[in-house]
Amino acid sequence: MSPNPTVDGVPLLQVENIHKRFGGNEVLKGVSLSARTGDVISILGSSGSGKSTFLRCINYLETPDKGRVILGGEEIHTKTAKDGRAVPADHRQLARLRARIGFVFQSFNLWPHLTVLENVIEAPVQVARKPRKEAAARAEAMLARVGLSDHMGHYPAHLSGGQQQRAAIARTLVMDPEVILFDEPTSALDPELVGEVLLVMRSLAEEGRTMLIVTHEMGFAREVSNWVMFLHEGKVEEQGPPEKIFNRAESERVRQFMSSHVS
Amino acid sequence: MDWDVVLGMLPQLALGAVLTLKLLVVSGAAGFCIAVPMSLAKASRTWWVSLLPRTYVFFFRGTPLLVQLFLVYYGLGQFVTVRESFFWPVIYDAYWCAILTFSMHTGAYITEILRGAIQAVPPGEIEAARAIGMTRAQVYRRIVLPRAFRMALPAYGNEVILMLKASALASTITLLDITGAARTLYAKNYLPVETFVTAGAFYLVITYTLTHMLWFLERRLHPERKEPVTIVG
Repeated sequence: MSPNPTVDGVPLLQVENIHKRFGGNEVLKGVSLSARTGDVISILGSSGSGKSTFLRCINYLETPDKGRVILGGEEIHTKTAKDGRAVPADHRQLARLRARIGFVFQSFNLWPHLTVLENVIEAPVQVARKPRKEAAARAEAMLARVGLSDHMGHYPAHLSGGQQQRAAIARTLVMDPEVILFDEPTSALDPELVGEVLLVMRSLAEEGRTMLIVTHEMGFAREVSNWVMFLHEGKVEEQGPPEKIFNRAESERVRQFMSSHVS
Repeated sequence: MDWDVVLGMLPQLALGAVLTLKLLVVSGAAGFCIAVPMSLAKASRTWWVSLLPRTYVFFFRGTPLLVQLFLVYYGLGQFVTVRESFFWPVIYDAYWCAILTFSMHTGAYITEILRGAIQAVPPGEIEAARAIGMTRAQVYRRIVLPRAFRMALPAYGNEVILMLKASALASTITLLDITGAARTLYAKNYLPVETFVTAGAFYLVITYTLTHMLWFLERRLHPERKEPVTIVG
């Protein structure tokens, strides 16, 4: 496939030729992706296709064995370890770049010993070294944005799954990331709580945020994203604008997946 | 029970209790300070990083406290280098021998307790910290250690109470802690029941107080366990 045709000039995020293997299992066999500011890219595929691993490789929660990640023209530095694999060369640079990439987890991963507000303040105070007062004001605004103004003093354990995920989105938003990665953000939620999280994500897309979303919410992917990438066995099976992938995909496998997943 | 005898022993046993508490608090604090870096190193997957804490825990958990105490109190003085060293005035003193041995001993147990808690911090919470751009040191300082301390607290409390009673061994190297004072009193009055029941009561009171302090600390560190203002959703 040709690279994302919506990208012209220097893309905001460039991910090139990512390879990743776990033991004898090659999960990613050279996946690339480019995103321009404002792109909302959905990454689809059946379970085991490597889509979550790919997302996690972008901010090096998993270290890709091979490949490059470039954000705003700055590449994550790597060096070759003794076993021939690439490892991050500069942990300070990696931390700095990670602060510019948001990540929303399937299982929220809020810190249970901190209140919702403290969870959101943590990054601006500790990572961005903002004064606590300023960070708190911004955190409160972000929590208001995701509809959690009334729950700022609560502990995560006292929130529903949907509220926890919205708090996690606020925790990411507070750093004003250049791109946000969503790793199956609604998969751990009860069906009736999925809507409130998708609503927040939709509003972020409308505000022009750059987002990469691994999801099983086909309706959402189709309506909100402007580019869809379909992974199969660690490779890009097909990619294109949603109307093409959902309605007239070239790959038989993609057409089959769509017919069984889209009602 | 002869209550007049009991009353007459109280001042000496109270002095002993002060020493017992000093031994417990100082060695408990020192043991904790030893345990934090040791447990971090022991949780490491790099073999040579975890070598020192593994060896340390192996020896101090694998031998009786009494043997360790005798080794330090009677044994160290045999070495000329030790006798001529800067530390000799410290090691010469039975009190500091006890502090040194107890600290190392309880430190080994706390190392294991903390190591287990560090490894029990859910990986997702650590990933979330890395993902927002924390450095490795920040991840430990802000997330891993605070979470591990909370999880380790009940087991740590248990260790403090065990150490309180193990501190009775200090009486074997001439120290007049509660047990030491009781033994001295018994050697004069030949009243074992009065003497050792009273000594036991001192330990009970201390344990009772410690239990409540730990319970209070646990409540403080787990505010999320209190009744929430409202439960929504």
